[in-house]
Amino acid sequence: MSITPPLEPNEGITDPKSTVENTENAIELKEVEGLSQGRIVLRRFLRHRGAMISAVVLVAVVILVTTSIGWGPIPGWWKYGYRETSDIVNAGGAPTMGFQDGGFTFGEHPFGQDNIGHDGFALVMRGTQQSLTVMFVIGLLSTTIGVLVGALAGFFRGRLDDLLMRFTDMIITIPVIMIGAILGVLVGGANPWSLAIALSLVSWTNMARLVRGQFLTLREREFVDAARVAGASNARIMFKHILPNAVGVIIVNATLLMASAILLETALSYLGFGISSPEVSLGQLINEYQTAFATRPWLFWWPGLFIVTIALCVNFIGDGLRDAFDPRQRRIPTKRALAKADARKARSQARAAARA
Amino acid sequence: MTTDYATSPGAPAADAKAPILEVRDLRVEFFVDGEWFPAAEDVSYDVRPGEVLAIVGESGSGKTQSSMSLIGLLPPNGRSEGSAKLAGRELLGLNHKQLSKVRGKDVSVIFQEPMTALNPVYTVGFQIVETLRVHFDMTPKQARARAVELLRMVDLPNPEESVDKYPHQLSGGQRQRAMIAQALACEPKLLIADEPTTALDVTVQAEILKLMRDLRHRVDAGIILITHDMGVVADLSDRVMVMKNGRVVESGSADEVFNRPQHEYTRQLLDAVPHLGSETFAASGLNGEHPVAAAEGTATLHVSERPLGQPLPRPGLLDDPRTGSALEAKGLVIEYPGRGRVPAFRAINGIDLTIGKGEVVGLVGESGSGKTTVGRAAVGLLPVAGGSLTVNGVELAGIKPKDLRAVRQDVSIVFQDPGSSLNPRLPIGESIGEPLKLHKIASGADLDRRVESLLDRVHLPRAMRNRYPHELSGGQRQRVGIARALALSPKLLIADEPTSALDVSVQARVLELFQELQREYGFACLFISHDLAVVEILSNRIAVMSKGDLVEVGPREQILRAPQQDYTKRLLAAVPVPNPAEQKLRREERDRLLAAAAPAGTSAAEAAVADGQRVEAFEDAEQETLGRRYQGPGPGQV
Repeated sequence: MSITPPLEPNEGITDPKSTVENTENAIELKEVEGLSQGRIVLRRFLRHRGAMISAVVLVAVVILVTTSIGWGPIPGWWKYGYRETSDIVNAGGAPTMGFQDGGFTFGEHPFGQDNIGHDGFALVMRGTQQSLTVMFVIGLLSTTIGVLVGALAGFFRGRLDDLLMRFTDMIITIPVIMIGAILGVLVGGANPWSLAIALSLVSWTNMARLVRGQFLTLREREFVDAARVAGASNARIMFKHILPNAVGVIIVNATLLMASAILLETALSYLGFGISSPEVSLGQLINEYQTAFATRPWLFWWPGLFIVTIALCVNFIGDGLRDAFDPRQRRIPTKRALAKADARKARSQARAAARA
Repeated sequence: MTTDYATSPGAPAADAKAPILEVRDLRVEFFVDGEWFPAAEDVSYDVRPGEVLAIVGESGSGKTQSSMSLIGLLPPNGRSEGSAKLAGRELLGLNHKQLSKVRGKDVSVIFQEPMTALNPVYTVGFQIVETLRVHFDMTPKQARARAVELLRMVDLPNPEESVDKYPHQLSGGQRQRAMIAQALACEPKLLIADEPTTALDVTVQAEILKLMRDLRHRVDAGIILITHDMGVVADLSDRVMVMKNGRVVESGSADEVFNRPQHEYTRQLLDAVPHLGSETFAASGLNGEHPVAAAEGTATLHVSERPLGQPLPRPGLLDDPRTGSALEAKGLVIEYPGRGRVPAFRAINGIDLTIGKGEVVGLVGESGSGKTTVGRAAVGLLPVAGGSLTVNGVELAGIKPKDLRAVRQDVSIVFQDPGSSLNPRLPIGESIGEPLKLHKIASGADLDRRVESLLDRVHLPRAMRNRYPHELSGGQRQRVGIARALALSPKLLIADEPTSALDVSVQARVLELFQELQREYGFACLFISHDLAVVEILSNRIAVMSKGDLVEVGPREQILRAPQQDYTKRLLAAVPVPNPAEQKLRREERDRLLAAAAPAGTSAAEAAVADGQRVEAFEDAEQETLGRRYQGPGPGQV
């Protein structure tokens, strides 16, 4: 095992002291050898088992909902549309998926049908599409608003900070669900885009506070002074120097924000203030079929399962990102990894002994 | 020159005593990336009661980890092998419960940073009482009485009152005293002092060292002193162990190691330590005269005659002394503005200072003296509150932001901490090229070329330009910081303690580079440092600051050899010298000086408290104002 020392600082100049400098913090350097910060974060993320499984599941869900009934220009392979009705196959529209004749079969309507013959699978797919749209739009838009407000407040401080933060406080004091409900009705709930934009306008507050905190800390660091002495403008310092250093906090909170966004959308739709018929979302499906809970439970369970899956996945990914971005976090090696390293060492020693 | 420095009551007898700690073949490893990476190997040593063993080495040499492994304080990915017996009892392999009985009672630790090692929400007394009551069956009343007794033992002023104080109400040196009192609470057999004075000012350091010297005989504990400072080692230790890359390269008595170093690395380490007095006396031909002694007109002492490994060439004024000055301050006042009920804090109280073109002026002082404030004001990071400050002929008092940009083309700054002053998300090539790009001097291929030539200048390989700061060592980072500061070929360079965060050998090389560049570029320089020995190597003139005032300014030789002010004398006397015999003489000299200089009316303790408060007020004000710089007249004012 050899560590490649950082390149010789004095190439060509023979100086015994250079070796001293090179071995400084050798352990620390070994951990980050030849990697940019982004690569380090990625590597740590890939090691996070929960987050990786969640990422795979989430990608699978996205692929499933896009290809099955088609999304915009993408054609679908599922035979029913979400607005089509067809003959009810099983008694009461029960799911056809299950074990029949000694083998597993999907049947005509794997997630079942409602009382007028809508296909459950198509409905859930469409609902998931809409809910995901709302989630991503809220994630993107409120992150942008939050970062801008937080950055301005944290960087300039003083009167601008007071103003922006009091405005933020004001929005925080109003229950999101209430303001969301009012806005949702005002902008017309049928469209997921307008609902998402309306919700973004109230859900950026947390992000703004966190980013402000980050900016307040980072602007005291010496590299900001160094940039100022180098002649950098305020905008350059904010976006080129400080923002990249806050990106960890921003990404982590954006994911957590998305997880709460999908729950918020569901809650609003369930209350009847969000996406409404004839458009479909997961929360709206649950709302619509809650009365059928006793008679046709499948209409209730499938959308619920998808909500839980998506929310869990996004939360896990956020968790993984948080761990990956936290440089202080040191992984405690597992017993197996330790045993492997010991065995490897013993082998190499044995080999060396054999050679000698 | 024999071991006369060790003829203290405990030391000769100590050899006869059985060792309190026996470490054999200690090996500490860290699990990194699926492999065990050794941090220390084959470490063996004994510590006897009343004896101080100094473990010396640079960062990454394994000196701290090998000692912390004794009491099981390794990070979760570390493990230790071998044997370490404390009074015959094996320490390695004890479980958590057994270890917690050993920690604090048999072995205790003095940490480097007393502010972070003491819990800020509890009083000092509470923390000592807690340690006592965990290990002994004591009533709260008894424990408190004992705490007061301990605080008196470490010479904390007014122990009856101090016991109820919170850590932030004490000055840095007092906090360290309280830490020591806590460490001694259970009369440990072994005391591990991990860089106990590194975070302290040189005068406070001298006091803490004095305290530790007194205590070692009183408590009769074995002391492991972990440090990188050869001066501290010379002051305190009986035996020295030098570590490098996790291995012990040399060990022996302090006398042997300092006067007859066997290993090449030890010699390098000793040579790299800036030696107060070496430059001045060599230059003036008055070799061997002791600065303090000379000033006092007393005994002539002999400075170590060991030749310096690589005598550093003296910086001198350029051949043609040009007229005009690079920096001129007249009655300069700098204030951190008050906020609400907090009154404005005056950090600089009307100073006059001139730096000629191509001249290097060293600015020294303790923390809170305002030396950094002067540096920051000179590059326009702090506004001038009164008086005048002219940099390269431009008046900085009341300057408009857009004019400041032009000023900054000719003045730049090297910051103290290279880890913080480089943007962690920018490749270093971009950091270096930023001033050139922003002043529209170079772009594209031309910029690349100039960045490469700057990297050459600071002796870094060109391939490093795409690396990120975290991939570089401390010394390499500081080279990058210097390269960035030189990008615009400034006429005035402010160097704000550029080497204080570096190891000695790295520091020696950075200082060498600095001198070389100064000769090449011929910039004027304000070199700010708390280390007189470093300032001595570089400066033509030295300015001494204390509490916002300029105490003394003069040519280097005059300040170091014939200081006029008491403050300068005390500062000079407090610097430990990496030579046990010489250090002993200096110490006695210093004690005499202090006894004579003790103010009649106020006690030294009160003065210390006042000092601590000033440093604190300073820190508070700085926090406030750094944030408020953009506030006043409008964003981007400064």
